[in-house]
Amino acid sequence: MNPPNIISVTGLCNSFGDQVIHQDLDIEVRRGEILGVVGGSGTGKSVLMRSIIGLQQPDSGEIRVFDEGMIGKEEDEATDVRRRWGVLFQGGALFSTLTVAENVQVPLREFYPDFSKELLDEIARYKIFLSGLPPEAAHKYPSELSGGMRKRAGVARALAMDPELLFLDEPTAGLDPIGAAKFDSLTRDLKETLGLTVFLITHDLDTLYSICDRVAVLADRKVIAIGAIEELLAIDHPWVNEYFSGPRGRAARRGHSDQGESAHAKTQRLERS
Amino acid sequence: MAMANSAEFTVEDLPSGQVLRLSGTFAIGSIGDVDRSLREISASVSEIDISGITHMDTVGAWLVHRTAKEHNAKITGSAHDASRLIDAVSGVDQAEAIPKPPISSLYHFLAEVGGGVVVGITTFLQFLGFVGQVVKAFFTLLMNPRRFRWHAVVQHFDMVGVRALGIVGLMSFLIGIVIAQQGAVQLRQFGAEVFTINLIGRLTFRELGILMTAIMVAGRSGSAFAAQIGTMKITEEIDAMRTIGVVPVEALVVPRVIAAVVMMPLLGIFASLMSIIGGGLLCWIVLDIPPATFVQRLREVTPMTDFWIGMIKAPVFGAIIAMAGCFQGMQVKGNAEQVGLKTTAAVVQAIFLVIVLDAFFAVFFSEIGWD
Repeated sequence: MNPPNIISVTGLCNSFGDQVIHQDLDIEVRRGEILGVVGGSGTGKSVLMRSIIGLQQPDSGEIRVFDEGMIGKEEDEATDVRRRWGVLFQGGALFSTLTVAENVQVPLREFYPDFSKELLDEIARYKIFLSGLPPEAAHKYPSELSGGMRKRAGVARALAMDPELLFLDEPTAGLDPIGAAKFDSLTRDLKETLGLTVFLITHDLDTLYSICDRVAVLADRKVIAIGAIEELLAIDHPWVNEYFSGPRGRAARRGHSDQGESAHAKTQRLERS
Repeated sequence: MAMANSAEFTVEDLPSGQVLRLSGTFAIGSIGDVDRSLREISASVSEIDISGITHMDTVGAWLVHRTAKEHNAKITGSAHDASRLIDAVSGVDQAEAIPKPPISSLYHFLAEVGGGVVVGITTFLQFLGFVGQVVKAFFTLLMNPRRFRWHAVVQHFDMVGVRALGIVGLMSFLIGIVIAQQGAVQLRQFGAEVFTINLIGRLTFRELGILMTAIMVAGRSGSAFAAQIGTMKITEEIDAMRTIGVVPVEALVVPRVIAAVVMMPLLGIFASLMSIIGGGLLCWIVLDIPPATFVQRLREVTPMTDFWIGMIKAPVFGAIIAMAGCFQGMQVKGNAEQVGLKTTAAVVQAIFLVIVLDAFFAVFFSEIGWD
């Protein structure tokens, strides 16, 4: 009943006009893991995510989420699958005319119109708390929030339906290092408390080292490698070498190995401060 | 969702106190009415036994936590996963809930009215300031013609003028037919069908040709100006321009105003001609007035001043439409809804101002004897 792979993509092909983005791409996401997806700009990380969540119609290939085929499903189909995942878009994609609390309530109202007003307010309140926002943020509009707060509000909305699967598109991009570290620990805490599976697109090497269970590398139109970071370091591919062994990659690795397991403690300390 | 069984509860009266036993799936999809019934438990519960819960998510955990807190009851029988979820959601208690400030309806009404008045006055003043900015930018550009953006102006000529030819032509042609047809029906009662030509010629050049063109340009281009500039405001392109040292009014507004000022008279002439053709066609078919006679009669009854009145009004209308569009675009701040609101405001304001000015012009030209 519960297949080990929450997402399995096989033979995915995507192209825009003459430009081929993906060719025979395979990727699997296991239950309960945080999978980091990396790749240079334009290697189709976001397109992969959009294909999985059905915003982009692939040319060919098979995509199964929760063991259900997603290709060719219309927007009003597969809602049973859709309500089991939450998506955080790069800019947050909050509805700009609604407050944060109302944003969180949108999916709830949509799927459970019979919920009472009090319950909706309570749910919005604790989701906002879980996403690490101060309570007064609930009645603010997205334009009144900072970039980091907007991302947290996006997470609160993504968590509204108690999803089992969370898609995060570059969650730490544009955040300061402290905010990014906090966001990382938020992601891990949510994964551990709520038992989430996370599909995480990122450029942030610190994120990869500190919270990802496995990392998938997109290059040459497919996933060229997938595994724990230590395994990837052994791979001989020019982009992988440059990525993990460049100055930033070395710094992130050093920082991670210096602290070892204490990286978690460090981010928790930041969280409290 | 996978497990369809619902959430249930029973209240048991034990010597140690009331015990609330929860069972089934306590998840978002099954919680339905249990929320309400749990709120309505009147007995004082001292213990909540959740060992019967087969599946729980954060919504379920929240219900358990809230009920426990309301009754000051202790939670028993929770598995590891369940207590972790309950711990996670219970943290929200440390943060005090901030209720939305309540607003009385009278206060709300007064605030609406007052806000409307303030917005009305400030918008008017800002519009005056904006017109001043545009005029100033125009003269700055006259002094420094090298900063003038010919490319943008030509592009807007195309957007405002050339691409409007089809719709403006068709609309004017049909209006010409309507005027002629209605005129013919009414004037026939007095045996004065021939005056239909007066009606077409004078009405078209003096009023309708230009006015209808202005309304069409306001709908097509005024709205486009507001939406373009408004979107640029939201994506911070205007701020980027300022930091680079480009004056937004010079780069964005002046080319659009010039394009509208130049294109309005040309579209007006075109619209008037199409209207005349439509009216002439109807006269030919319905009233048996041949085109040659129609044209000759038209030249006799339509004074040249009618044409000049149209040509004086057209550039003024063009300037008003373009400035209202650009002004509303510049007023956008915040979110996408604003772009829609300001675009609507641009069109409404432009058409309103055009009609008000048209009334002034009508009185003015009559007073100076151009009738």
